[in-house]
Amino acid sequence: MLFDVSDAAELEKSESPRHAVFVRVTHWITTVCFFALLVSGGEIVISHPRFYWGETGNDLTPTLFKIPIPASRNLVPTGYGYVLPDQNGWSRYLHFQAAWAVVLTGILYVVWGLWAGHFRSNLFPAPADRTWRAFLGVIGKHLRLKRPDEGEALSYNVVQRAAYLIVIFVLFPLVIWTGLALSPAFNSAFPIAVNVLGGRQSARTLHFLVSVALLLFLIIHVAMVVLAGFMNRMRAMITGTTITGRMITGATITGIAVATPAGQTEERT
Amino acid sequence: MSKISRRKFVTAGLAATAGVSGVVAAASLARRYGLVPPDSSGIYGPGETLTYAAQRLLTRHSLAREFDRSMISKTPFANEIAPFNDAFKRHQANQFADWRLAVDGMVARPGSFSMSDLRSLPFSRQVTEVVCEEGWSYIAEWIGTPLHEFLKAIGVLPQARYVVYFSIEPDWWESIDMADALHPQTLLTYAMNDGDLPVGFGGPLRLRVPRQLGYKSVKFITRLTVTDSLKSFGKGLGSASPEGGYAWYAGI
Repeated sequence: MLFDVSDAAELEKSESPRHAVFVRVTHWITTVCFFALLVSGGEIVISHPRFYWGETGNDLTPTLFKIPIPASRNLVPTGYGYVLPDQNGWSRYLHFQAAWAVVLTGILYVVWGLWAGHFRSNLFPAPADRTWRAFLGVIGKHLRLKRPDEGEALSYNVVQRAAYLIVIFVLFPLVIWTGLALSPAFNSAFPIAVNVLGGRQSARTLHFLVSVALLLFLIIHVAMVVLAGFMNRMRAMITGTTITGRMITGATITGIAVATPAGQTEERT
Repeated sequence: MSKISRRKFVTAGLAATAGVSGVVAAASLARRYGLVPPDSSGIYGPGETLTYAAQRLLTRHSLAREFDRSMISKTPFANEIAPFNDAFKRHQANQFADWRLAVDGMVARPGSFSMSDLRSLPFSRQVTEVVCEEGWSYIAEWIGTPLHEFLKAIGVLPQARYVVYFSIEPDWWESIDMADALHPQTLLTYAMNDGDLPVGFGGPLRLRVPRQLGYKSVKFITRLTVTDSLKSFGKGLGSASPEGGYAWYAGI
């Protein structure tokens, strides 16, 4: 594909990317880290699938709730007649390495997002949308299984914006905080981090519950991507480009159209 | 290739070079200031080094949380231990009257110390939580000789960097850096709550390191070595834990 500089400049005008390159890179780093944290966190839970409230809790104390699965430790009273293999060594190593990667990525993302106006223009709902009516309208449309209109391929609706803001500014900070409150050394320097949560076992239980909330978000997120057109949404988050009516007129002469499977255009009109 | 992509290429190249040299400089600084753990060589080395370095900078002198005596657990949990070996059983039959702690390495006065030698040194008591990496915990009062008092008595040499400690049970040994070794709450523990330290909880002698997870608090201690390098111990990873797949530093 050969075109000179002036052609390229004109193309950029007609196709501003669906997702900025910074969003795309941090999105996929976060995806890899979240998967690592989920798997390793799950393995660590298996060594003691019992949860408590307060400061202390162990096999000899009553639980707040337990997960009815076999454990990877002999002394946990699970009711199962067998013990799963111990995976905590590598799980803990991986959990903290992935936590560092995702926290550093998240800090860069938030700093960039504030600097580039990403949160203001792409995530905070437009003034007209800051009503329950607008919010319920979008939910109603989803419940009636209406296909998203064309504008939604280019911008988030108010429910998406609310969901992403809650994940970025509530759930991620909470899961980091409750995770740090499980570190005895961190707690020695910042005891308030664990004390205001009601104790170490409360922090552990909250860490688990916030992780479950994040997992639920992930499931709905992926389901929505599939329903909205998996190939197109994946392309938008990988290459930055998406195919819409507006873009097809502007960009059929580019390589993008060549890379588009023929069957991909019908769903968008 | 257009001008724009060439400019982007050069910018990305410069950014990558700056990033790599930043990491290399940070790594060499960390090494100089003792912020690199002995098990930092594997694929999880970066994460381990970040954790250890960050916590060393933040928590060098901070104290583990202490609790009111009313919070002492009614049902402390003694974790599973492997069947005792014959040497331990002989001591147990003898009520641990001949239990000794041997000390060698970079100390002015190496030797072997009886339990009454230890009890004649200043003691301290603390109500702290035992936190297992699996997730469970309990609170108890721990009484014993602060390790820094014991190290003062035997005269630690200034080049010392780690204290290595061994259980009477085979392949059960750990090490801590001097920040933890000289920390006021690190305790050669011989009593718990209202009596001698029970065997299930590590009696007659357990090294309690309350700012790290339970597995650093080795039970049935019989030997302690002061050293400036962990290379010659086991596989050189710092302790038995990394050899079994667990991190050397357990502050998190």
